Amino acid sequence: MEQTKLERVDEIIDCYGADKALSLAVLQEIQTEYNYLPRELLERVAERLGLPEGEVYRMATFYHSFSTKPRGDFCIRVCMGTACHVNGGPRVLEAFERELGIKAGESTPDGAYSLEATACLGACAQAPYVTINEEPHAKVTTDRVSDVVATCNCALPEAE
Amino acid sequence: MNTSKTQKHRADLLVSCVHDRAPDLIPALEAEVKRRGLEGEVKVVEAGCRGFCSMGPVLLIQPDGTFYVNVQPADVPEMVEETLVKGRVVERMTYQEPSSHACALYEDISFYSKQHRIVLRNCGMLNPASVEEYIAVGGYEAVGKALFDMTPEGVIEEVKKAGLRGRGGAGFAAARKWETGRKAEGDIKYVLANGDEGDPNCFMDRALMEADPHSILEGMIIGAYAMDAHQGYIYIPYEHTLSVKTMRNAIESARAYGLIGEDILGSGFDFEVEVRVGAHSFVGGESTALMHAIEGTVSEPRPKHIHTTEVGLWGKPTCLNNVKTWNLVPEIIGKGAEWFASIGTEKSTGTQVFSLAGKINNVGLAEVPMGTTIRELIFDVGGGIPNGREFKAIQIGGPSGGAVPASLLDMPMDYETLEEAGSMMGTGGVVVLDDRSCVIDVARYFLDFLKDQSCGKCSSCREGIRYMLEMLTNITEGKGKMSDLEVLERMGKSVKISSMCGLGKSVPNPVLSTLRHFRDEYVAHIEDHKCPAGVCKALIEHYINDQCNGCGLCLRKCPQDAITGEKKELHTIDAEKCIQCGVCFDVCRFDAVGVR
Ligand SMILES: Cc1cc2nc3c(=O)[nH]c(=O)nc-3n(C[C@H](O)[C@H](O)[C@H](O)COP(=O)(O)O)c2cc1C
Ligand code: SF4
Ligand code: FES
Repeated sequence: MEQTKLERVDEIIDCYGADKALSLAVLQEIQTEYNYLPRELLERVAERLGLPEGEVYRMATFYHSFSTKPRGDFCIRVCMGTACHVNGGPRVLEAFERELGIKAGESTPDGAYSLEATACLGACAQAPYVTINEEPHAKVTTDRVSDVVATCNCALPEAE
Repeated sequence: MNTSKTQKHRADLLVSCVHDRAPDLIPALEAEVKRRGLEGEVKVVEAGCRGFCSMGPVLLIQPDGTFYVNVQPADVPEMVEETLVKGRVVERMTYQEPSSHACALYEDISFYSKQHRIVLRNCGMLNPASVEEYIAVGGYEAVGKALFDMTPEGVIEEVKKAGLRGRGGAGFAAARKWETGRKAEGDIKYVLANGDEGDPNCFMDRALMEADPHSILEGMIIGAYAMDAHQGYIYIPYEHTLSVKTMRNAIESARAYGLIGEDILGSGFDFEVEVRVGAHSFVGGESTALMHAIEGTVSEPRPKHIHTTEVGLWGKPTCLNNVKTWNLVPEIIGKGAEWFASIGTEKSTGTQVFSLAGKINNVGLAEVPMGTTIRELIFDVGGGIPNGREFKAIQIGGPSGGAVPASLLDMPMDYETLEEAGSMMGTGGVVVLDDRSCVIDVARYFLDFLKDQSCGKCSSCREGIRYMLEMLTNITEGKGKMSDLEVLERMGKSVKISSMCGLGKSVPNPVLSTLRHFRDEYVAHIEDHKCPAGVCKALIEHYINDQCNGCGLCLRKCPQDAITGEKKELHTIDAEKCIQCGVCFDVCRFDAVGVR
């Protein structure tokens, strides 16, 4: 299992010609593929690109779209952009925290949900704005939060 | 804009905002057009953003100019039958001006009629995936003019006469930058487009790249010619998938027309350009940080003792401009410097694109001449404040900017005037605050955002943000002291002076500007333990007024079981149990929940 992941990472790296200047693109692909950046894979990237491990870590933690922790099956992103903030975004985030029993940045113990506070998602007209695995939810008020979470269960990923 | 592309058809249906919000709309329109046998006469175009975000998806029918808002797939059969077959307007789908009546025609809608769209000239007007449509509206003519009729110096001179200032925030004169770049020693030079857009409330650069990618490319080609650069990069965060895709597609289709690559249009001038995908961060939009990202290291700023126009990307002379700055170049070359300079004010020429958000009716992108007053932007173009509430302030320029209060509504917006008022044009992000928005909460919000965005190199920036954030948090929690205000002011000033990059230099703006214009609100928080806007949780209280008819909805929804009351009788909130979560406020249909 781990071996296949490492091989996959090698493939990605090769695809970018093992070019240091494209390390960010490599991390992005890994993030897209595994939904987070596992430690072993970061080590591999450092080794293959001839970069100090610290440098790769710094990159993995500097950008907010990267996560070094696994994300849940349903990644709930609550917009904390300015428009959403003034339209009650923080209260909506707290409502999600209460509903799921976790804090922003955490995942539920069963790995089903993770909750993130993000910067502007570009849908300010629909503030407060929430996405669940990229699926948009517009004008989410605190009283709608439990319904929004409930929509996830109808959209369970097909068993593979 | 009646272009040659529309001539072949009786009507063009230009559909905007479909990407995220209505992926089914285009197929529905196409199917209905086909079913009614109108394929030869009517063309459905997936156009880019038209900037009217609060009304999307929107549909413009050209050439007659009928404009529909909030268009849903279910509306399609009726719309096709009535408008395309019978030539009648579907009243219920038209836009309703907040002040008056329904508006069926695009040009009558005050959101558009009061704008002056230069940057956004093609946005929503054509198919961004088609270079032919861009060419049909006169696109790439300016490249021809520059390459064949003008010297590089002539191009720079024209841009200088136009008074073009960079649209990325600082308003630096574009021609000055290009001139230094041109004169800099070096066999290799670069031109870069900044598509980072890290301001947490702006979406115009993204909208532009997605709606009119060729205008940016065209500007870059002209700029490269002026600077004698042969390689360009467009930097876009990978989160903006559609921008990346649209720009890449545009490069390839321009190449197919000989507009990118070797010997452009047979002029002997070579230019290559590539999209470089970064990751989102606010400081990543700063020039040296952006260059670091293109080089493949973490996007942190470096000191700029030597200008990047001389020593930039990979140590070579580099000219970086915002995507909007590039987009304006073809218009200036095409229509002339005088035309451009005649718009706006003497020192701030041309127009500015504002993204309007927050407590405003017309959320979206609006472009107006520089020097337009705040009142005109917010009330004429923006349609005023929703729910009849009172205008309190605009926060302009994002986290680097500041709040401008209602007393300055008639102030013209240009680079200098805004700065004098303690704010900043920045990228043109405008967040409208009404009497239910707390300015201290907003200032605190920006600091909270920025604490994770500071790269941490300068202790003044890193520690200054933390310290000011702590103080503001205390104030919003009712734990502030009057002496804090003086400390905040001093500290803000010193962080400004001692930080290296533009982030640190502007970090204190939201705090300083609110201290200047809204001192009484600070005092209310500190001395009276009140948040006049009813926002800061530690200082407010939810209560139920006599509008309550005892429907029981809030009682069932309250997560704390803090609400009691018999059915059909006035309910009450137990202040001890209440956590001020606001669910009762949101759920009540009778305006019976208040905040004090
Ligand atoms: C913290 C910080 C963030 C910035 N973010 C952006 C940005 O997102 N987009 C942008 O075009 N310029 C941004 N800038 C300004 C750039 O450093 C640079 O001045 C600009 O891209 C130059 O283009 P212009 O002259 O066309 O404005 C930022 C500057 C700072 C200090
Ligand atoms: S001012 Fe702040 S963001 Fe800019 S270089 Fe210094 S620490 Fe980094
Ligand atoms: S602020 Fe939330 S989508 Fe822009």
